[in-house]
Amino acid sequence: MRAGDLVWISGTVYTARDRVHALLASGEKLPIDLAGAVIYHCGPLIRDGTVLSAGPTTSGRVGRFTREVVGLGVRLIVGKGGISEEAEALRGRAAYLAYPGGCGALAARQLSVKQLHLPELGMAEGLWELVAEGWGPMIVAIDASGGDLYREARCCRVGASKP
Amino acid sequence: MAVLARAETVLPLWVEEAIREAAAKERSAIARSQLSAILENVEIAAAGGVPLCQDTGLPVFRLEIGRNLSIPPFLEDAVAEGVRRATEEVPLRPNAVDPLTRKNSGDNTGPGIPDLIVDLVPGEFLRITAFPKGAGSENGSFLAMLNPADDPIEFVAREVAKRAGRACAPVFVGVGIGGTFDLVPRLAKRALFRMPGTSELDRKLLTEINRIGTGPMGLGGDSTALGVRIETALCHTASLPVAVNLQCWANRSASATVRDDGWNID
Repeated sequence: MRAGDLVWISGTVYTARDRVHALLASGEKLPIDLAGAVIYHCGPLIRDGTVLSAGPTTSGRVGRFTREVVGLGVRLIVGKGGISEEAEALRGRAAYLAYPGGCGALAARQLSVKQLHLPELGMAEGLWELVAEGWGPMIVAIDASGGDLYREARCCRVGASKP
Repeated sequence: MAVLARAETVLPLWVEEAIREAAAKERSAIARSQLSAILENVEIAAAGGVPLCQDTGLPVFRLEIGRNLSIPPFLEDAVAEGVRRATEEVPLRPNAVDPLTRKNSGDNTGPGIPDLIVDLVPGEFLRITAFPKGAGSENGSFLAMLNPADDPIEFVAREVAKRAGRACAPVFVGVGIGGTFDLVPRLAKRALFRMPGTSELDRKLLTEINRIGTGPMGLGGDSTALGVRIETALCHTASLPVAVNLQCWANRSASATVRDDGWNID
């Protein structure tokens, strides 16, 4: 996967936002195994086990925990807005994918609920185990070899010349 | 309740048109992929009556109250009751938490929330606009007390370009310039209510922001902002307050007018 690639994902995905990352950073053991996992920066809107709206939340808030997350074996991080400050933590180990922000209704069609872990954290902050089917379009925004679309957009006005 | 439900599920037509126009002009393929996903999302939400975005926002309402109207008692309570019903029935994600304990109130209401912005206007009606505000764009908003020697337009363009990617660009940029420390963010909020701006300065700032190339979701491209509006007020000769209230592409709002003989959604 290279920065700029367009991808779709099928399989298991775990939501994790502020509170789950705080637990993880405090060394708490999570009820799931993150080896090889996909995590999604998302606080979904779910009613009676049905995903109603589930777009990404801003990754910048939890970006500081990237090294810990990757250390637990996470291979793909899905979010929006990027984690450019922590891109080095991904090098050789994981990639960051951008799902279009605000597209909660679209994502809801591609995700279904398997299980809620840590229900005490509430709907938005809980750790949802979701099943993705043709989940996308996602852009590989930061790849494992240092490619970073956010950095390019900031430094060199590449938007116009990229294919 | 009805206006909030509509705002959450149906994007105003002019906003959808603005996104469509941006997509037609956009030169980056990656940026176009984001814009077409957004347009697909808008259709799915409206068709299914589900919230456009899982961040259904904090409830903010603008109340335009006719001067000749006797203001109904317990108006604030009625709006809060509407928010509680919408949270249950649409449904909305409970987003309102205590700022220190982070405990969720569970129904999107509580101290200070819903936020009501009241204007007295000529006439004998009450117009209520639901303007749910998501955190991604709210977190990218800012206020600065500049030096009168600074260029506020250049400052806003530079800051917005830096922040728009995390605020779900393409964004709407409500700008307040002048007034006092607490007036300037209200000018910025009012600028969002009156979007899009059409003055020469509004257009100049829009062009400036889009020239920098942040693009949709910060991934690069021509479409960083869809609309800019600047509202000004007089300020102290020694001051230059500037505030920007960012709004994501999902510039959600819906209004209803209440008269003696009933109400209807605008």
